[in-house]
Amino acid sequence: MLTLQKPHRHVETVIHSEVLIDCRIENLYYGDFRAIRDCDLSIERGKITAFIGPSGCGKSTVLRCMNRMNDLVQGFRIDGQIHFQGQDIYHPSVDPVAVRRHIGMVFQQPNPFAMSIYKNVAFGLKLNRVKDDIPGRVEDALRRAGLWDEVKDKLKSSALALSGGQQQRLCIARAIATEPQVLLMDEPCSALDPIATRRIEELMLQLKERYTIVIVTHNLHQAQRIADKTAFMYVDTSNSSRTGFLVEYADTHRLFNHPQQEYTLQYLRGEFS
Amino acid sequence: MPTPAQSPHVSQSNSMVSNHSKRSPARTSPTFEVSVVSPPSTTDVLVDRGFRGLAYVFAWLTIVLVCTILYEIGGHAFPAIQEYGLSFVTQSTWDANNAQFSVLPEIWGTLSSSLLALAIATFFGVFIAIFLTQDFLTPRVERVFTTIFELLAAIPSVVYGLWGIYIVIPTIRPIATWLHEHLGTIPFFSTPLSGPGLLPASLVLSIMILPTIAAVSRDAISAVPNQLREAAYGLGATRWQVIPGVVLRTASSGIFGAMVLGLGRALGETMALAMLIGNSNQVSLSLFSPANTLAALLANNFPEAGKVEEQALMFAALILLAITLGVNMIGTVIIDRTTRRLTGGTS
Ligand SMILES: Nc1ncnc2c1ncn2[C@@H]1O[C@H](COP(=O)(O)OP(=O)(O)OP(=O)(O)O)[C@@H](O)[C@H]1O
Ligand SMILES: [Mg+2]
Repeated sequence: MLTLQKPHRHVETVIHSEVLIDCRIENLYYGDFRAIRDCDLSIERGKITAFIGPSGCGKSTVLRCMNRMNDLVQGFRIDGQIHFQGQDIYHPSVDPVAVRRHIGMVFQQPNPFAMSIYKNVAFGLKLNRVKDDIPGRVEDALRRAGLWDEVKDKLKSSALALSGGQQQRLCIARAIATEPQVLLMDEPCSALDPIATRRIEELMLQLKERYTIVIVTHNLHQAQRIADKTAFMYVDTSNSSRTGFLVEYADTHRLFNHPQQEYTLQYLRGEFS
Repeated sequence: MPTPAQSPHVSQSNSMVSNHSKRSPARTSPTFEVSVVSPPSTTDVLVDRGFRGLAYVFAWLTIVLVCTILYEIGGHAFPAIQEYGLSFVTQSTWDANNAQFSVLPEIWGTLSSSLLALAIATFFGVFIAIFLTQDFLTPRVERVFTTIFELLAAIPSVVYGLWGIYIVIPTIRPIATWLHEHLGTIPFFSTPLSGPGLLPASLVLSIMILPTIAAVSRDAISAVPNQLREAAYGLGATRWQVIPGVVLRTASSGIFGAMVLGLGRALGETMALAMLIGNSNQVSLSLFSPANTLAALLANNFPEAGKVEEQALMFAALILLAITLGVNMIGTVIIDRTTRRLTGGTS
């Protein structure tokens, strides 16, 4: 069982480059289809880690492994371990629900529930049986997501009446309201315009102080703007299969300016479609 | 049939055509920068107009049909309406020899048997719908079960009636006897079950409407976007928090729709009820006492009715129609409200 108590925030900031999630995927299957092979990397605490790579190389799949969202997919199977704070989250004794309460997720499409703005943010708090000061926590989460000023007068109205960018910030507020330690974001800006995208990027840079963020993005500039570390994945099409694998993982600056692998270089030059 | 709404469309398309034909290179109209748009051809216009006309005709035909039925039944019922008036729905005698007719017990029986059946069928129907959609079964088993449940809808109602008589009544009798003996002070159990009665009728009725409710709820539930379920699971919700908190909530207007359909069917069901309800004119709170419904009354008495009784039966039919329409309208309002509450008026 994950029995992790949230450690004090002050302690965290003192520790540098501590491994929070240690991901060792040997093989990963959807039914008979091998989607991923050889993906070893460590997510460091308090940093923003970006995943880049061509479509279908398995970025979302790897991301969704980190909080066991893939358990919802029929036929999903993984060889390897993913350690979160030293505990293997795929160990049979681990409850995926507990994992997801520590590792939150924001999806590509904004997906607020068909309820009021307030209830959307309070949803996770209710799940965690938080009783005290729910309104305060909701306000705090909305403020940190940069949405409070826009919605403070209509907390009781439906979340579906918000614009796409507002909905996405609401989803971020909903995810951070329960204070997870890690925030997984799967192309969170792909449905947004440049201004909303910038806002969310600024937001991520602020949130970084309290959360570890892992983001999948197709926007290389975005990765360069916000990520501390970047992982490049590519898809191996030999043997008439399509298996994704990790090519290179390094500090963002280094990966973009001095890539060590030929694949990375070609991808950054735009030589792949 | 005159179709008033049609004329503006027609004139609009006419004006478009004329605009196109008058187009000259010298004129630069900001609204008609047309080089890629071609005016609708005469055939297009004719087909369009013909289809629209046909749609109007059929839409009106259904309304005319309902009005004709109402008019016919109303006409036949008119003498009875004059004769009995309001007392028809407040008293409980049905006596052809003395020409005394009233249907309070039938109204009571219709509503109580239908609502009871609706409650039971909704409970199980939604349960089945959840079971068939929320990854409890492998997709293949899901399909097999779905087909089996849909088969229930194909069984003729007289077969349900026989099944009720030979199986349901004997099965529930010991339970009913026990309840009556031990909890007889509760009004619902205040009479013994002698055979046909409200409870067996409602049970069979609930199984008859179960496929409708299960199938429509299943569609509503499987239409809930997977993204929403993932959002809830991603927040650390368990399956039993996701289902009521997100899935049922999002599907609620669809489930209400299923209930309205099921209730409509229950109110009008005749054969099985005529066989199982006991056809007794009394208003009783007891689940075990025999009762009657409007549809069963019509089916039982119509074949041998004299002229006066027939008029009274027509009055009863009119009341059944009114109840059904009323229920449907209330249902529609509830569905509308739910949809609006869920979407915040955006759709
Ligand atoms: N639920 C699933 N069932 C079966 N196969 C899947 C499933 N999800 C993803 N896959 C397969 O796994 C591979 C990796 O998919 P994934 O969604 O992780 O790619 P991605 O890198 O996120 O692509 P994109 O950039 O387009 O989002 C693809 O070949 C895809 O077909
Ligand atoms: Mg993806």
